Amino acid sequence: MIEFSLQKKLHAVTGNMLFDISFNIKQGSFIGIYGASGVGKTSLLRMLAGFLAPEKGFIKVSGNDWYNSTKKINLAPQKRSIGFVFQDYALFPNMTVRENLAYSLDKTTNPAIIGELLSFVELDQLKDRKIQTLSGGQKQRVALARALVRKPDLLLLDEPLSALDSELREKLQQLILQMHSQFNLTTILVSHDISEMTRLADEIIFLKDGLVEKSGSPAAMFTVQKSKDIMRLRGIVMEKPDQNSICLLVGKEMVEFELSENEIMHLQKGDNVLVSIQAFKTCIDKIK
Amino acid sequence: MIEFEPLWLTLKLAFVTTLILLFISVPLAWWLAYKKNNFKTVIEAVVSMPLVLPPSVIGFYLLLAFSPSNAFGKMLEDYFDIRLAFSFPGLVIASVIYSLPFMVHPVHSGFVSLSPNLREASYSLGKTKWQTLFHVLLPNAKSSLLSGIVLTFAHTIGEFGVVLMIGGNIPGQTKVASIAIYDEVETMNYDAANTYAFILFLSAFIILLTLYLVNRRFDKIKFYD
Repeated sequence: MIEFSLQKKLHAVTGNMLFDISFNIKQGSFIGIYGASGVGKTSLLRMLAGFLAPEKGFIKVSGNDWYNSTKKINLAPQKRSIGFVFQDYALFPNMTVRENLAYSLDKTTNPAIIGELLSFVELDQLKDRKIQTLSGGQKQRVALARALVRKPDLLLLDEPLSALDSELREKLQQLILQMHSQFNLTTILVSHDISEMTRLADEIIFLKDGLVEKSGSPAAMFTVQKSKDIMRLRGIVMEKPDQNSICLLVGKEMVEFELSENEIMHLQKGDNVLVSIQAFKTCIDKIK
Repeated sequence: MIEFEPLWLTLKLAFVTTLILLFISVPLAWWLAYKKNNFKTVIEAVVSMPLVLPPSVIGFYLLLAFSPSNAFGKMLEDYFDIRLAFSFPGLVIASVIYSLPFMVHPVHSGFVSLSPNLREASYSLGKTKWQTLFHVLLPNAKSSLLSGIVLTFAHTIGEFGVVLMIGGNIPGQTKVASIAIYDEVETMNYDAANTYAFILFLSAFIILLTLYLVNRRFDKIKFYD
């Protein structure tokens, strides 16, 4: 169980903001933190890691105090059992792939884990390569493997896949899920990609202006409530070929729908829409 | 012909100064690069002072400080039996102060230009600040470190004003090559002055050329795309 309640004044782009977030996370769960830029997503992750000191509050991980302002406890990042994955990978350029992993070994860790992790992320072949010769996807695999060498209690992922193209992303999402279950991790992912969140997280925390706006399952968080719908899809209006049809981009597919004129007259190119299909009837609602 | 003692003394001074500055500047540059402290700006200004002050000013104040007729110099003499004015150790201390920015500035900018995530990644992997400094920060800032070493060395070789004020002109102790040139010119011995001058000129060129060649090699090994 990870419990935290953190308060701090932050200087955001939009001015000063009071960051005040409390939450309890069950052991083994996969939490997604979602919200616009500048709402404090990364600050939350950095406070949990110990890179950024809160002003008040506590962090308690399986009964141990990592931070407690009243008891004046603030564990250094080195003392917290975490793995942190950065958007820019933060791999050490002076080391090879294997050395990047081996660097995090300490006396208590069995060195065999290096080989295990390298084959887990399918980088056996590249283990003696210098970091600068790797592609973006390979770099992030190294970074993920490196974060697991010390078998952390908590894996923190700060927009790890946002620099990658969509095909690579899907592959790595799969890898992150496998890691999460195989290594019994509690994982917190910051992202602003809804599909990524839906695919990976069991629970989403929605942040707004430094506060928790709402939280719940991805399905509950990312769908607009409407009863009796059988299937819902998100899409973007691409084109209206004539008065009775509309072309939407749903995922990677272009889909054309036939609808009555008054249903699509208020939709414009570029609108984000929610397509819900009830028994034999399609309905398209603008959501943004 | 010329004496080789001043040249040897110059090399010794430059070597000792560079070595001492390396030990002082790496922690100092680290502190300036990563610590948040109101006092930091003051330290930054103090470190940069030798860049703008005339060497004779620094030399003058150090001479006052080292003089046995003043408190600090008297204390050194009474308790440690050390006299710094007009001695080689005094020269080293003066050179360390005078060349401080030439080592601190390159190392500092080397640290600042590294992604802060590298440092935090290392901390998250359980590594201490020292381990991070030696295994991550310094290896990835090695071209800046090399610049600092070479500039300090070359700058110490070229020192004149401070050396003259604090060291004077004692053969075998404080008479370095730049002083020897001045000395030879004073006595109208232009041939000897020319030899010293040419040796200094050539060594400065070779040192800087080597620096740029090595740094170009480092640049070719691109760190991040």
